[in-house]
Amino acid sequence: MNEITKIETTLKDWETDQEVRWCPGCGDYAILKAVQRTMPMIGGSPANTVFVSGIGCSSRFPYYMETYGFHTIHGRAPAVATGVKLANPELDVWIITGDGDALSIGGNHTMHVLRRNLNCQIMLFNNEIYGLTKGQYSPTSREGTNSPSTPYGSVDHPASPCAFALGSGARFVARGIDINKNLPDVLMAAHAHQGAAFIEIFQNCIVYNKDVFEDFAAKKTAAATQLWLANGEPMLFEKGEKGIALDQDTMALKVVDVVDGDWEAAGVLRHEVTNRSLAHMLVELQFGEFPMPLGVIYDDPKPTFESAVVAQNEAIAANKKPDLQALVSKGQTWTVTEDGPDL
Amino acid sequence: MASAAKEAGNEQEAVESVVVRFAGDSGDGMQLTGGQFTLSTALAGNDLATFPDFPAEIRAPQGTLFGVSAFQINFGSRAIHTAGDQPDVLVAMNPAALKVNVDSLKPGGLIIADSGEFGKRNLDKAKYETNPLEDGSLAKWQLLAFDISALTLEAVKPFGLGNKEALRSKNMWTLGLALWMFDRDRQPIVDWLNSKFAKKPEIAEANIAALNAGHAYGETAELSGPVKQAALPAAPADPGLYRTVNGAEALSLGLVAGAQMADLPMFFGGYPITPASAILHHLSRLKEYGVTTFQAEDEIAAIASAIGASYAGTLGVTSSSGPGIALKGEAMGLAIMTELPLVIVNSQRGGPSTGLPTKTEQSDLYQAVYGRNGDAPMPVISARSPSDAFECAIEAVRIATQYMTPVMLLTDGYIANAAEPWLVPDMGDYTEFPVEHMTQAQEDGFKPYGRDEKLARPWVKPGTPELMHRIGGIEKGVDTGHIDYGSENHQEMTNIRRDKVLGVADSIGDQEVELGVAGGKLALIGWGSTYGPIHQAVNRCREKDMDVSHIHLRYIWPMPKNLGDLLKSYDHVIVPEMNTGQLKTVLRDQYLVDAKPLNKVSGQPFTIAEIETAIAEALS
Repeated sequence: MNEITKIETTLKDWETDQEVRWCPGCGDYAILKAVQRTMPMIGGSPANTVFVSGIGCSSRFPYYMETYGFHTIHGRAPAVATGVKLANPELDVWIITGDGDALSIGGNHTMHVLRRNLNCQIMLFNNEIYGLTKGQYSPTSREGTNSPSTPYGSVDHPASPCAFALGSGARFVARGIDINKNLPDVLMAAHAHQGAAFIEIFQNCIVYNKDVFEDFAAKKTAAATQLWLANGEPMLFEKGEKGIALDQDTMALKVVDVVDGDWEAAGVLRHEVTNRSLAHMLVELQFGEFPMPLGVIYDDPKPTFESAVVAQNEAIAANKKPDLQALVSKGQTWTVTEDGPDL
Repeated sequence: MASAAKEAGNEQEAVESVVVRFAGDSGDGMQLTGGQFTLSTALAGNDLATFPDFPAEIRAPQGTLFGVSAFQINFGSRAIHTAGDQPDVLVAMNPAALKVNVDSLKPGGLIIADSGEFGKRNLDKAKYETNPLEDGSLAKWQLLAFDISALTLEAVKPFGLGNKEALRSKNMWTLGLALWMFDRDRQPIVDWLNSKFAKKPEIAEANIAALNAGHAYGETAELSGPVKQAALPAAPADPGLYRTVNGAEALSLGLVAGAQMADLPMFFGGYPITPASAILHHLSRLKEYGVTTFQAEDEIAAIASAIGASYAGTLGVTSSSGPGIALKGEAMGLAIMTELPLVIVNSQRGGPSTGLPTKTEQSDLYQAVYGRNGDAPMPVISARSPSDAFECAIEAVRIATQYMTPVMLLTDGYIANAAEPWLVPDMGDYTEFPVEHMTQAQEDGFKPYGRDEKLARPWVKPGTPELMHRIGGIEKGVDTGHIDYGSENHQEMTNIRRDKVLGVADSIGDQEVELGVAGGKLALIGWGSTYGPIHQAVNRCREKDMDVSHIHLRYIWPMPKNLGDLLKSYDHVIVPEMNTGQLKTVLRDQYLVDAKPLNKVSGQPFTIAEIETAIAEALS
């Protein structure tokens, strides 16, 4: 995000007149509404906001936001966004991508936009499937996923988006769920972060991968399956009866029972968003044995790419006076007169 | 040219131009020697053209045939258009350099060889069974062999360098001899060495000592026979300020100039690739001219970031060579669909695939004109020489910004690396073409895909209040720019994109005849770096009263409006190209003319003689 004057808007100001064309019941609707609800809260200016997307169901997103928008080509949104931001660092840039877009065809660009720390928000809609091309398995699909291209089940191991992001050097990593009421809070935290903010959003593809996240996304069982992280707070779930502690012997996280609310006695860790080691352990937790960590996993800003580029450009240019005529006349020159070379 | 001059008489005074080729191991510093000799030649007022020819390997194994690096320069007292067909002088620093280059030396030409390098080991590596300096196999040439290595070691002895370090100065010794041969001033080289090795003065001094020793060796009459001082008089040239420039630098300067004329900051997205990287290097040093350079993670990111920068209102530029251009293809389609200005520079090299990275070719014309999915028209222009690359870069920026379209600018490895004297342009002579971004809706409401009289759509910078809109690669609705899959809409938008690009022809003027006249028996039509050999060949043939003209295309797509009629005014048309006949095919397709191909894809430029022969055959 940028330090901009807050603008008064309402949700309606962020809606376009375009007909939304996702399948009825698609998780994308909920994410769209969450973003449109978030924008007035952060005081964003529609004219100063740019949504850049790649290809896939999620990438239709910019057409539905009353902002500037660029629906680019498959996997390349981070590269286009980098050009936008370097050309005008004042713009508030959001990248909308999916699991195939960001981690298959565009994996290279995702890695580099995070490594460089371009100041932007990257929303990865993870539905563990290729929806737009009618249901092939994706790089985040679990082993054994049956799909038109894997009729006998997929055999390759899935990528973990947040682990990938952290490994690429991301300074902000968070998770949300499409229909969860906390999503705007996660988005606001991402926006408040100076630098590349990576948000994995579990998104329900009701046509090709219906309820694939139901194990932890279902409201009924959420208390036991969701671990909502808050900076400085103990990592508790199951109404405070369980928590996450460090197993000193294995140097790995473990689930512990909390008796009578005495989480300290149980050794439950406080979440520290600036603790990179903890973030690495959290993104590697296997759901089932552990609840799903959600919310802001890691948030530790460092200088952004575009600020470094601008600073160097300005520093180098500071004491030089651009003179095109002098520039083309540089090097060793000689003059030819009507009488021949003047040497 | 040199051969013509030699035919005229053997007296040195009659020589109008000379071709010298420096050849050695890729670690011998031949490109550097050639570059400095070029500078001294330019300062002496000779016209010149150069041809650096080096291996793809950074440091090929020493002494091997494939590790030979050469630098050829043609200079003289009249206009020079090519690096010359056959060298008059070959400097061979080792047996491999001799073996690779000697056959192109003119009969009677002079070989200067470092006999100190002709030991058994190096002879074996060059696959010589006997020493060519001693076995008489070089009889048809003049031979001067002396131990340059030993002479260099002797010269730099006082500086206490190690053997290996000392031998590095061999190239300066050789340069010193060459400077003496052609009566060149040593001072510019001395200045250059002092500044290059400012932090290592002992190295500078050793090199200067070697340079002086080479020069003295020529002077102190230890040489007799073929080597005589040959001071060529200065070539006639238009009055003005001159400098030497190679294509990569001229093109970079042209891009900067073009951006200034468009009144835009420039964003350059690039990814290292031979021979295009030099443009990235040049531009990254020009930040004070509003240039932001970005070394992207790959070719696709390089163009995608440039498109993003154009979308944000700056001039997006990207550059690559054939394989990288192929990777950028999909993104070019996006720029065409979203109608954003963009300059794409292709420094062509031998292909397909990795091909011949350091050799020159013109085989990306189809790729430039046709190489995208869908009906994806894009203006294509091509530079003919290093200095022309400056003008073409400005022209590419003009077309891109005035017509809201990506433009491909073709150059090649030869132009990128070759140097020539450049009459420094007066920037006041150019007409500026400032861009005005749209800040207010059209009178009847905002239409992101509304059109001006050139069919260009408005350029709105994100951040502009009230003009929020969305663009993308999906087909756009006429005027509105909304997603529109309608059949009639697609037909209309396809026509608009075609007509807009064809309309560029309204702004480029008629095709002129470079040499000769409109109408006649034969025209040679070329494009790009074949300019020099075509021009010289046509020139020579016209001096022999042959009815032949030279036409050279800058605008590959769209072509000048009169081109069809012009070509049809000749009985025969020949298209010399360093490919298998790509422009020839396009001309046949566009104008139904019986254009005949003259092709060469050896990684080397055409020789003048090759083209002369083709002209003679066509007219016989």
